Amino acid sequence: MKTTIELIKQGRNRRRGRWIAVTTALAVLTAALCCAMLLLGNTIYPVRDVAAVLLGEDVKGATFAIRTIRLPRMLAGLFAGFAFGIAGYVFQTMLRNPLANPNVIGVTAGSSAAAVFCIVVLQSSKALTSVAAVAAGLLTVLIIYGLARGKTFSIGRLILVGIGIQAMCNSIITYLMMIAKEHSLPAAVRWLTGSLNGVKMEELPVLMLACLILVPLICVLGRSLLMLELGEQTATTLGVRTDRTRVLLIVSAVVLSAIATAITGPIASVAFLAGPIAVRLVGTGTANGIPAGLVGAALVLAADLAGQFAFPVKFPVGIITGIIGAPYLLYLLVRMNRKGAF
Amino acid sequence: MRSHTFEARQVVAGYGDKMILNGISLEIPSNQISVIIGANGCGKSTLLKTLARIIKPASGEVRLDGQPLQAYPSKRLARVVGLLPQSPIVPEGITVADLVGRGRFPHQSLFGTWSKRDYEAVAEAMEIMDIAPLANRHVDELSGGQRQRVWIAMALAQQTDILLLDEPTTFLDITYQIEILDLLTDLNRKYGTTIVMVLHDINLSARYADYIFALREGRLVAEGKPSEVITSQLIKDVFGLDCMVVQDPVSNSPSVVPIGRHHAGGRVLLEASR
Amino acid sequence: MERNRFYPKSFIPVLVIFLVLFVLGVVASVVFGARSLSLQEVVDGLRNQGGAYESSVVHKRIIRTVFGLCCGAALGIAGVLMQSVTRNPLADPSILGVNNGAAFFVVCGMAFFHINTASQYIWFALSGALFTAVFVFGIGSLGRGGAAPLKLVLAGAATSAALSSLVTAVMIPRTYVMDQFRFWQVGSIGAGTRDSLLLLLPFLLVGVLVAVITAPALNALALGDEMATGLGVKTGALRLVAAFTGVILCGATTAVAGPIGFVGLLATHLIRMLLGPDLRYLIPMSGLSGAVILIVSDVAGRLAGRPGELEVGVLTAFLGAPVLIILAMKAKVRSL
Repeated sequence: MKTTIELIKQGRNRRRGRWIAVTTALAVLTAALCCAMLLLGNTIYPVRDVAAVLLGEDVKGATFAIRTIRLPRMLAGLFAGFAFGIAGYVFQTMLRNPLANPNVIGVTAGSSAAAVFCIVVLQSSKALTSVAAVAAGLLTVLIIYGLARGKTFSIGRLILVGIGIQAMCNSIITYLMMIAKEHSLPAAVRWLTGSLNGVKMEELPVLMLACLILVPLICVLGRSLLMLELGEQTATTLGVRTDRTRVLLIVSAVVLSAIATAITGPIASVAFLAGPIAVRLVGTGTANGIPAGLVGAALVLAADLAGQFAFPVKFPVGIITGIIGAPYLLYLLVRMNRKGAF
Repeated sequence: MRSHTFEARQVVAGYGDKMILNGISLEIPSNQISVIIGANGCGKSTLLKTLARIIKPASGEVRLDGQPLQAYPSKRLARVVGLLPQSPIVPEGITVADLVGRGRFPHQSLFGTWSKRDYEAVAEAMEIMDIAPLANRHVDELSGGQRQRVWIAMALAQQTDILLLDEPTTFLDITYQIEILDLLTDLNRKYGTTIVMVLHDINLSARYADYIFALREGRLVAEGKPSEVITSQLIKDVFGLDCMVVQDPVSNSPSVVPIGRHHAGGRVLLEASR
Repeated sequence: MERNRFYPKSFIPVLVIFLVLFVLGVVASVVFGARSLSLQEVVDGLRNQGGAYESSVVHKRIIRTVFGLCCGAALGIAGVLMQSVTRNPLADPSILGVNNGAAFFVVCGMAFFHINTASQYIWFALSGALFTAVFVFGIGSLGRGGAAPLKLVLAGAATSAALSSLVTAVMIPRTYVMDQFRFWQVGSIGAGTRDSLLLLLPFLLVGVLVAVITAPALNALALGDEMATGLGVKTGALRLVAAFTGVILCGATTAVAGPIGFVGLLATHLIRMLLGPDLRYLIPMSGLSGAVILIVSDVAGRLAGRPGELEVGVLTAFLGAPVLIILAMKAKVRSL
């Protein structure tokens, strides 16, 4: 028996070591990208100046660029990326399908449609728009789940209904954009492609608060999520309160997605890519919420840097991530079809 | 393992609008191996799932130690009753030790750090099911028989007093079937675990069961020791099959010998023996 | 299915209803718009009496109406063909991403080859449509179960999203392409001139002809490949011809009118509900119902979008998506 225990311990320690190593590496990478976001730009400020501005001093020229433009941009990218990443991971693990994320199942479309409605028709404030987006996101989940339930739940049906809801929301959005008055257009357009442009410091506290509350919640539920991975029945027999856990996880994931989308617009593919990349790096069997969040943050920051500096023209971050995500989505489909997942 | 009273009282249960169990009352004998037999669709799986609290009865109730099942908090129930479901899902890339370790969930705290008892329980379960050397292998690389043993080991690691198994031997070769049933018998004899199984093979059921429950169309038609319950009349009632019941020379339990159209010579013997 | 009659029982009533809707739709399409005309003005315009302004409006609207009817018919028939070939009730060319494929090739043509006439667009759009259809079908067919509905839709949605990103990526650095593309894309039926109509007509006529001729063979195909071969149908060749025709019809329509989605889905399912699955009726009637649906959507778009107009594609999506959802809800899990 002792040798068996040794064997088990070895395996577990190896996996735990890998988790710690990868997560630390991801954290370092993300921190480096954050620094790059602050240092690079039309003018490259020396580290000394950046540090000074962050500490509250006033350096001529640098203060405006860093405090008003780059810092909010970096924080938005960091927190929104983290939020998208962890939300995508939760959906994918719970629905046991790498294609299931808030975007594909139409939740983001519902949030966007509600937000554009608020901006164009109700001319409401930013705060109200965000609240409406979150509410609409949750409502869309309920609708999609209700429609897709049928006699037996099937992930295929969920995806199809999601595609239908997405199409409807997109046509609503197009209509709203058409009747929009000139001055509402820029704010409305923000909801169509993800972008870190023009993010203001005042918008960020809501997102940061949401992350601070919901990310730990998701981590605490991490073990239960792993049990849910084994299927409804097995999870129940292991003592998981499946309904309650599911609801808490879904609500957390949707709220995080919706609030992040309220700040940056729907940044394509991040929710979809972060989970699988994290799992590939860390391995399965562990609660991978934090690595997925870090991958999401790193993706958004790196894509934004690429969009700003890698090409002769500036691309918004949503386009870059969309282009990265598309071939991966196709590759995934090919692989899943080959393995007979559908 | 401790003894428990575990009973169903006039349970009516099913899926959606369709009721499959039509008022079943029975008591599971403690510390023994019970097997539920019956034709397809008669409610064997449904009964097991209702006992495991996966399905909520439409009327009637299941009682554990005098308390209704619904009254137990999830984790506490999971420490007493364990279920091996019929077609479990294997997440990609999970190792054997990991999967067996998930069985310790009801005993663990929020962050899932493994205690000494956890390691011991997992190791013991893996040794009983003879998969200890496979500890760090990926489950999806294993053969069907090995995989089934991993799932049973997970249920064992849960260290429950009562273990419910829904067709643990389907899709396995006969060698593995016997092996697993022998291992489960070891478990019961050594630790006193109450085992309730659904088996599709009547003869294996008769051989390994201490107690048999026979179901037909959602009702209990017979219960008792195999030697009392397995008669040609019962088999005819429950399965609609003509048969002779002889004594199994290896285990001294009743053995069912079917009489079909092409082997009706037995009918003569049947008439003569009446 | 026992049918002693030559045609389904409800055929005549349904045909009459759709013809009535057709006429109403045509009239509405000529009467309504940014400025609604009275019937008298319409008649005057037709006779070239009355004001010169009214005449020109009437003429333009008539061309637009005919254009819309042809597009609708083409899309309806394309939908039926694609659904027959893939034996998949969800195979609408827009769901399969064919629209975005056509758009992508057109944008590349604008950006890299500097094309700018409708007749040039059409060849790029057709190539794009064909390429995308083959690609999506290829991915969707991998693995067990062949081109099952869910796999095809997923492959189409993924490809569509990918192409959409690529289109934007090509456009953003090139503002002249952006303008050109918007003009092509937003044009929809509103930009239907006589020239684009004349471009579309040959494709439509060929498509209808092929569809009608292959209808009986496609009926056999619906029974399954083995049954069809047993009945003497060359399944491979038939599939190729029907799929090619379907994609061409859709690609040509996208080339002259921009991407319009869901018409195939709506038209075929409506008729299938009313008349059953016999393709000899399904094909022409889907064409008719597609035409009606499109023209009604166009009128609705003009009315809802006053003083501008709402693209017809927006309305068809809004109407078509619930149909998709209802189909998904009803379908048995296994058949997905």
